Amino acid sequence: MSEERFPISVTVNGEPHRLDVPARLSLADLLREGLRLTGTHLGCEHGACGACTVLVDGASARACLMLAVQADGRSITTVEGLERAGRLHPLQQALADHHGLQCGFCTPGVLMTLVELLDASPSPSEAEIRMALAGHHCRCTGYQGMVEAALSLSGGAGTDR
Amino acid sequence: MTAAEAPAWLGRRVPRIEDAALLRGRGQFVGDIVRPGMLHARFVRSPVAHGRLHSLDAVAARRAPGVRGVFTAEELRPHLTSLDLAVAMPAGAIRHVVNPRVLAADEVCYAGEAVALVVADTPHEAEDAAALVQLDIEALPPVLDPGAALEPGAPRARLGCADNLLARFTVAYGEVAPAFEAAPHVFRDRFRLHKGGGHSVETRGVLAEHDRVDDMLTVWSSAQMPHRNKGVICAALGRAEDRVRVVAPDVGGGFGPKFVCYPEDVAVPLAALLLGRPVRWIEDRRENFAATTAERDQLWDVEVAADAQGRLFGLRGRLLHDHGADTPYGIALPQNSATNLLGPYVLPAYRLEISVALTNKVAATPTRGAGRPQGTFVMERMLDRIADELGLGRDEVRRRNLIPPSAMPYRTPLTTRDGAAMIYDSGDYPACMADALRLAGYEDFRARQRDAREAGRHIGIGLSNYVEGTSRGPFETAAISIGPSGQVVLSTGASAQGQGTATVLAQVCAGVLDMDPARITVRTGDTAAIAQGLGAFASRQGPVAGAAVLQAARLVREKALLAASHLLEAAPEDLELVNGAVRIRGIPADRLSLGQVAQVLQGMPGFPLPPGLSPGLSSSVAWQPEALSYANGTHVAEVMVDPETGGITLLRYLVVHDSGRLLNPSLAEGQILGGVVHGIGHALLEETLFDAQGVPATLGYPAYRLPSAPILPRIEIHHRETPTPLNPLGAKGVGEGGTIPAAAAIVAAVEDALRPARIRITQLPVTPRRLRALLAAA
Ligand code: FES
Ligand code: FES
Repeated sequence: MSEERFPISVTVNGEPHRLDVPARLSLADLLREGLRLTGTHLGCEHGACGACTVLVDGASARACLMLAVQADGRSITTVEGLERAGRLHPLQQALADHHGLQCGFCTPGVLMTLVELLDASPSPSEAEIRMALAGHHCRCTGYQGMVEAALSLSGGAGTDR
Repeated sequence: MTAAEAPAWLGRRVPRIEDAALLRGRGQFVGDIVRPGMLHARFVRSPVAHGRLHSLDAVAARRAPGVRGVFTAEELRPHLTSLDLAVAMPAGAIRHVVNPRVLAADEVCYAGEAVALVVADTPHEAEDAAALVQLDIEALPPVLDPGAALEPGAPRARLGCADNLLARFTVAYGEVAPAFEAAPHVFRDRFRLHKGGGHSVETRGVLAEHDRVDDMLTVWSSAQMPHRNKGVICAALGRAEDRVRVVAPDVGGGFGPKFVCYPEDVAVPLAALLLGRPVRWIEDRRENFAATTAERDQLWDVEVAADAQGRLFGLRGRLLHDHGADTPYGIALPQNSATNLLGPYVLPAYRLEISVALTNKVAATPTRGAGRPQGTFVMERMLDRIADELGLGRDEVRRRNLIPPSAMPYRTPLTTRDGAAMIYDSGDYPACMADALRLAGYEDFRARQRDAREAGRHIGIGLSNYVEGTSRGPFETAAISIGPSGQVVLSTGASAQGQGTATVLAQVCAGVLDMDPARITVRTGDTAAIAQGLGAFASRQGPVAGAAVLQAARLVREKALLAASHLLEAAPEDLELVNGAVRIRGIPADRLSLGQVAQVLQGMPGFPLPPGLSPGLSSSVAWQPEALSYANGTHVAEVMVDPETGGITLLRYLVVHDSGRLLNPSLAEGQILGGVVHGIGHALLEETLFDAQGVPATLGYPAYRLPSAPILPRIEIHHRETPTPLNPLGAKGVGEGGTIPAAAAIVAAVEDALRPARIRITQLPVTPRRLRALLAAA
């Protein structure tokens, strides 16, 4: 019994793909198993931990809750797409500088959320950063290094508005 | 340490060598690893807490699309030396030996216990087929409450055990009864101390592959103790040690539950052997709630005796511990609770009777803190009780009971679980607390509290001290080898789950070999990299593996200098190791790289090695700590409580800790931060619930609540560094200290915020609903 498959075209990290995907395949599984982009992690598969967060047309989304067919016609950015010409994204560097990661399992999802935040509002306050991180579980860091990393890139660094 | 070795790299905030891959999404976690021909496993689990498994019908599952095999206990049994996993850690007090089983055969003892294994081409197919397996289970009355479990005539949690008393033991010293008779004040409290699970963001996972060419079984596992897992797998499958390799690749957090060797760790490799194909199992989050071990309930009934000045005379009582249905990790949890209760205080007499009850729940095993937070909670809260009852400051009562620095090393009357005397090696507890109170502005707090109250805000402050026995033995290993390429490879039995283990060990090595830590390749968590090893538990890897690395690096250094002395025709004393090369002092041009030295020590057919030297530029060390070293610290929490809603807001959280010499302050702070936040969850949020039939009621988030970024304050960390004499680096462990005092400090602050209402919080976590109920009753 082979599952029915649906054709989609999706751009991932700038590269266009034409794929046939089963209806119940999640975007996360497409990325991880289909495209071997395993930086997008799965911590809960029920939308709670944020480890699977990717950007869909620039907006953060949980790849475990989205079906691959829903990505048809969209542009997806994963953690693998953050580096530019061998240089870390400033947020990746800031996370390292501020000890914002330990085991690194939550890190890809956290990065995508913070990239979205800083793109949308270049000088978020600490409270705004903490709110943006509310949808992420990190058992290792207590979030503090992540907050400091984002604040270090915030134009209004340290000011709570 | 000589000047040359005074490792320039130690004590510095060296950037982590782990980050480059992790930040790019190039980590290799078990779920990321794909082997050719790999199949996917799914476990069929008991839906009930207790029952007789009469039969299991897998006909439909076997015929389902993509299915390659369905295995039950009966099918696995012939390939196992025993269906029981030989994992229990010995303890004389254990009355019933109840090892976990690879698969349950005729009785299921907790909801979530694995009864069958389905292997299919894809995870979806395995999951669909697993749902087709029909279980004929006759439900038996579940034993859920540890107190009821020990009542006469209680139903039995396991039919093979005559009763539910898994263990009973007493921790005691001193003249307890006379102390209570003589004491002017005796106070009694009962506590119900829940602690939740590990909740690493990565669940468990196992991938096994059997290579027929060399008959090698390789198991990648999200494990904290891969060498131990290997031992259990070898014993269960009857395989020789050189035919099994266990690798912990990148591991997405551990926090205790991953040091257990689980049934899946044996069942998945066996399925791979039987099917001749690689098999991968990745636990889903529901399974993690149901089948991964966690902590749970402890019920304490204690009395404390003190004089009118608040000086402790004695403490006595009972501890009832909910153990769960089997014993994957001994009874370390209640043992730690009982012994860590002493904390940094002089307690003249103590008697705690501990009963460990079998229940029909997944086994309770250590999570971060490992039972110590509960013991600390009880002592700290009883000190607060004394202070409140006698009208003394909570800080003053502590000051009067702290062990003075002049008493160090302080021999407590207790023994640790290996039977050795429990001796606090070093530390200045009063100074540590004084630092914390000063930094927290404790003196001014009453004024701030009054002002806040006038503005309608209920704020409170809480204080808690702790000690933690760290650097548990018996040993950890390190091997360093340098080849002609000049690449320095450092292998260790330590394992990494995010602590920065590779970075800190590279720092130690780099200091001795005078090179950049980033140039050192560190191999952790691979039984093929080093024959012996223990791994991650009991806040130990930095100091214990670090000491092994220090010695191994010194041996390599000495050997390189000796070999170079022959090659450069200079006395070893005239040589120095600078920037990864040996040179003659004062003649920087005359130098040999470590790679060149290694080339010579690799030998040439027929030519002798330089005199007095053995082959290879390498060394291997197992360092054995002679005893535990005790870290200590003080936490101060400030909270605001809304008496209407019962809502608690953390306003401030301050840590002063002393874990000896800091190897890398950033990594140490990372451990403390994560630990404190785990403790905040313990105090306020985290609770594993079961329904009346013993089926887990928390099977996901946010039903189970974890601390999230918006509810947390900035956590302020201040260091003290009292080097321990027990470790050549002077370092003590730092992995769990953040968690140990947190709940006590927070709960104390909540009570303080609600004065003059005299509420007494005796149950964890302190949810808004519980707090409202206490206020309503006050
Ligand atoms: S895996 Fe998608 S939110 Fe947890
Ligand atoms: S770094 Fe481990 S979960 Fe966030």
